[in-house]
Amino acid sequence: MNPMTTSFMARFAQNRGAMVGLLILALVLLLAVCAPLLYPESPWRMVQRPFLAPGEVAGFPLGTDTMGRDVAAGLAHGAWVSLLIGLVSTAVALSIGVPLGALAGYFGGRVDDVLMRLTEFFQTIPNFALAIVLVAILEPSTSSIVLAIAVVSWPPVARLVRGEFLSLKRREYVEAALLVGQRHRDIIIKQILPNALSPIIVLASLMVATAILLESSLSFLGLGDPDTMSWGYMIGAARTVMRQAWWLSVIPGVAILLTVLALNLVGEGLDDALNPQLARPRQ
Amino acid sequence: MRYLSLIGARLAKSVLVLLAILVLNFFLIHMAPGDPATVMAGEAGATDEQFLEDLRERFGLDKPLPIQLMHYLGGVLTLDFGYSYRQQMPVLDLVMDRLPATLLLTGSAFAVSLLFGILAGTMAAMRAKRPSGSIIMGLSLLFYATPLYWVAMMAVLVFSVFLGWLPAYGYTTVGAQYTGLAYLWDVAQHLILPATTLGLFFMAVYTRMTRASMLSVSQQDFVKTAHAKGLAPGVIQRRHILRNALLPIITLAGLQAGQMVGGAVLTETVFAWPGIGRLMYESLMQRDYNLLLGIFFFCALLVIIFNLLTDLVYRLADPRIKEAA
Repeated sequence: MNPMTTSFMARFAQNRGAMVGLLILALVLLLAVCAPLLYPESPWRMVQRPFLAPGEVAGFPLGTDTMGRDVAAGLAHGAWVSLLIGLVSTAVALSIGVPLGALAGYFGGRVDDVLMRLTEFFQTIPNFALAIVLVAILEPSTSSIVLAIAVVSWPPVARLVRGEFLSLKRREYVEAALLVGQRHRDIIIKQILPNALSPIIVLASLMVATAILLESSLSFLGLGDPDTMSWGYMIGAARTVMRQAWWLSVIPGVAILLTVLALNLVGEGLDDALNPQLARPRQ
Repeated sequence: MRYLSLIGARLAKSVLVLLAILVLNFFLIHMAPGDPATVMAGEAGATDEQFLEDLRERFGLDKPLPIQLMHYLGGVLTLDFGYSYRQQMPVLDLVMDRLPATLLLTGSAFAVSLLFGILAGTMAAMRAKRPSGSIIMGLSLLFYATPLYWVAMMAVLVFSVFLGWLPAYGYTTVGAQYTGLAYLWDVAQHLILPATTLGLFFMAVYTRMTRASMLSVSQQDFVKTAHAKGLAPGVIQRRHILRNALLPIITLAGLQAGQMVGGAVLTETVFAWPGIGRLMYESLMQRDYNLLLGIFFFCALLVIIFNLLTDLVYRLADPRIKEAA
């Protein structure tokens, strides 16, 4: 392993919060991957009396919901949905934000003007309201949710990448590449982008967290994919029976909270480890 | 004079953004499932072919898109946002009816989150090296990661269901005919949980911003000078650091606060708060797309007005900022 990677790993491993976050994430991932093995049946199937409290009947450690569905099965399948939508929508947002930011920062001038006005426009529109409208209009499905989340989350990426390109394009190695006649496309992709990667990685890890929150909020409002069980849907369905069965809303909520918290901790850890010279004053 | 022309420029820019949002809205109506006439009818009038024909006629739905767009923009300029056939009321009336409740909710949530966010952030910055500072930052990270709607439900569970201290839903007590102070007290009691739970997430954001801003100001030379002069640390924190750290916080907070309108959809749904967020949820449930898009436009309008106000306050508060926008 090269020395830079080892020092990065050493710094990351020193951050207790980040390690805890990584551990939680690993458990959630394990749960998501094992969901089809542990609960091969559909999580929508009625399996027992409704409103079983956790532990009331053996084999249903987390009880059953209003329709007699297994809460543990829902939780496991929901983990998969949360992670999948979080990761894919972040990837889509990056694929919009990185090229736009790179073009704006690299070429400057009119290109920059036009692209930044567009970015500002999307930043002005209230995020969550736009996501609701998009999913409602396109009909709720996994792909419309991914698209809506990506559409509302790319502007910060574009701004960050633009800033990085603005400062990096004045470096000597870029001038050297221009002098030897490299094409703009190669300079952008092969020279500048690799050097701008670390802040993008940090931002991306935090975006996955926000995307998971957004997805759960949409499902809570009844805008989830009707075919997939998700944590937000479980809370939304339990809302009207909060007085009788509080655990139905508490359990999936804790799952979301832990996952999002873990991603934030990992993001902060990555930030400190990738930019040691900028490490936020802590001790 | 210069200030006035700046305001003019900002206003012109806001009008452009609004126009762009209207165009976006127009295309969203056309993307909605079913033909635009049924969308405008909110599907309720879908059985009445004559009625749909009237709508097509009135909005020129058989004409080319650019002409339809002009129709639509013309309607909005005369404050015609269409009619909600589900609710049997014009969209504008519905929104205006619900707007005060949302303004009260988001306004209180903003005030609470900014006040406590700056307080907590200042404490965290002053105690950056002590456990109490870490505890504040840990809590703010926790609130940052908690789904808004879930924290609202948990608050209802604890403070209404288990403890019975505060009402769980609504704007006023149903059936009680309070007037005067008793009425205000009643509304205030109903407001506490929604405003606090909506504010928590934003409070977490402001806490982190305040701490970061204060820590970065505290590294500047004039702070070192103040220390060298032998000023008391408390005085330096308040007079030198906080004052200088506050301005960027207020601008960023203003921009962030626009997003509160979106969050209000969740809060109002949980608390049955009769604002435009709840109206948005109702329009979703009823697939009343025309109403949904009307509300979306007003949400965006609120955000733009809020950003404009923040901008003006900021320029007034710090005369060093000349232009740059």
